[in-house]
Amino acid sequence: MGSAKTNTGTTQNLSVSGKRLTEFFQTVSGLFLFTIEFFKKVFIPPYEFAEIKKHMDELGVKTLPIVSVTGFIIGLVLAMQSQPVMIRFGAGSFLPGMVALSVVRELGPVITALIFAGRVSSGIGAELGSMRVTEQIDAMEVSAINPFRFLVVTRVVACTFILPMLTIYVIFIALFGSFLAIFLSQGISFQLYLNAVVHSVEFSDIIPGIAKTFFFGFIVGIVGAYKGYNTENGTEGVGKASTSSVVISSLLILLIDMVLVKVTLMIWSN
Amino acid sequence: MAEVEVKNLSKAFGDSVVLDNISLKIKEGENVVVFGRSGTGKSVLIKCIVRLLEPDSGEVFIEGENILALSENKLNEVRKQIGFLFQGSALYDSMSVRENLAFPLIRNFNFTTKEVEAKVKSSLEKVSLEDSIDKMPAELSGGMKKRIGLARTIITEPKLILYDEPTTGLDPITTKEISQLIVELQKDLKTTSIVVTHDLICAKIIASHAVVLKDGKIKYEGNLENLVSTSDPFLRDFFTSDILEVKNGSNK
Repeated sequence: MGSAKTNTGTTQNLSVSGKRLTEFFQTVSGLFLFTIEFFKKVFIPPYEFAEIKKHMDELGVKTLPIVSVTGFIIGLVLAMQSQPVMIRFGAGSFLPGMVALSVVRELGPVITALIFAGRVSSGIGAELGSMRVTEQIDAMEVSAINPFRFLVVTRVVACTFILPMLTIYVIFIALFGSFLAIFLSQGISFQLYLNAVVHSVEFSDIIPGIAKTFFFGFIVGIVGAYKGYNTENGTEGVGKASTSSVVISSLLILLIDMVLVKVTLMIWSN
Repeated sequence: MAEVEVKNLSKAFGDSVVLDNISLKIKEGENVVVFGRSGTGKSVLIKCIVRLLEPDSGEVFIEGENILALSENKLNEVRKQIGFLFQGSALYDSMSVRENLAFPLIRNFNFTTKEVEAKVKSSLEKVSLEDSIDKMPAELSGGMKKRIGLARTIITEPKLILYDEPTTGLDPITTKEISQLIVELQKDLKTTSIVVTHDLICAKIIASHAVVLKDGKIKYEGNLENLVSTSDPFLRDFFTSDILEVKNGSNK
């Protein structure tokens, strides 16, 4: 009896795992095909510049308050946490440079991208998902308007170009936060802080840091749009599309970051 | 006006066969009402006609063109001549009524801003909702949404209009109003119409021809009067409650 129950339980677990694995591969292949479709459409006119600008405005403005607060706190906390350690090793004067390098190379781009994913990818997933279940996408299609071009391409392009701008903004805010922390503890002047930052950060630190945010922005847009555009099962499906957009885009951001860090280290190793 | 011909159309979702080798011919200017129980494939049929769904097999001809064989660009040219009123109206949430109506005109035709504005106002006049021009879809009632949906459907003056349950969820008075509006528009624009509905009140006002679907096949095709007085047990059961309702309504 006990053995039969265990066998049934194991079979059920295997069946659930199999289903999840199938879903995973379906998502990966679906996302891949969706990305190909995007590149097929993005370079062919008409170019929907007005719609792209509208989405950039909306996405930028929507995300600005939360990234401002996060950027400021990250800069502040990073400086506060690092200060005792740096002083212990007799490297207190390197603190502004260390914070600046961390923010420019890694923390600024990745944290901004993760917040952007939470805020925007879920929004795109929910918006397109609700358009799908209320037949608005079908209405567009039957009116001889290509919904992929109008809804997906515009949003993905907007995400790709607005995230680098937000990241640059967050880096400045984070640097201001770290200055405030160091100023309050050590009384450092702004001029001295700025000199330390400018001398520490090089061109080869800025370019890879900002360049990878184009990839992150693209991921946020394409994942949100893919999940929303292919929503099924009514309002329940909209909720799932919104949640899974955030989970998948956040994971992909971290994975791509790992790859890009390796690539940039190889390029700038000398 | 447009002639529509469906030949040996089949569509299944997994193991469930929704349309099973259906053939149907709709003449120019005809108002065809498609009946059937929920899940019998009425909406699937009209979605296959405009290729919102790809059928598994069969052909669909609109004005002699097999739309299933057309490229995306050519299909869009045909679609410019087709109007589709969705069950939930499918108004674009993020756009005002004005923008909803102007959207297909701006995207597909070369009208000036003044011409677009005039067409928007004229369409809204036809559905008696001129005052709602600046409202958002969320501010409209169910009946108003249907009317605005109808105004958006007719604004491009299509030759063929497909209605997916245009009166579902509406009270009998609004149902009558919407149905009469559909007939008036049909006369004005001289369109061919296919109306999917459960609603006999709506059908009696609109239909010049009726089709009943059962188990993925056409169970009846002919005029509505013969259908209402049929001796077939399935058709009688299907219509009994509605017939009584209509009779009681007309007695009052």
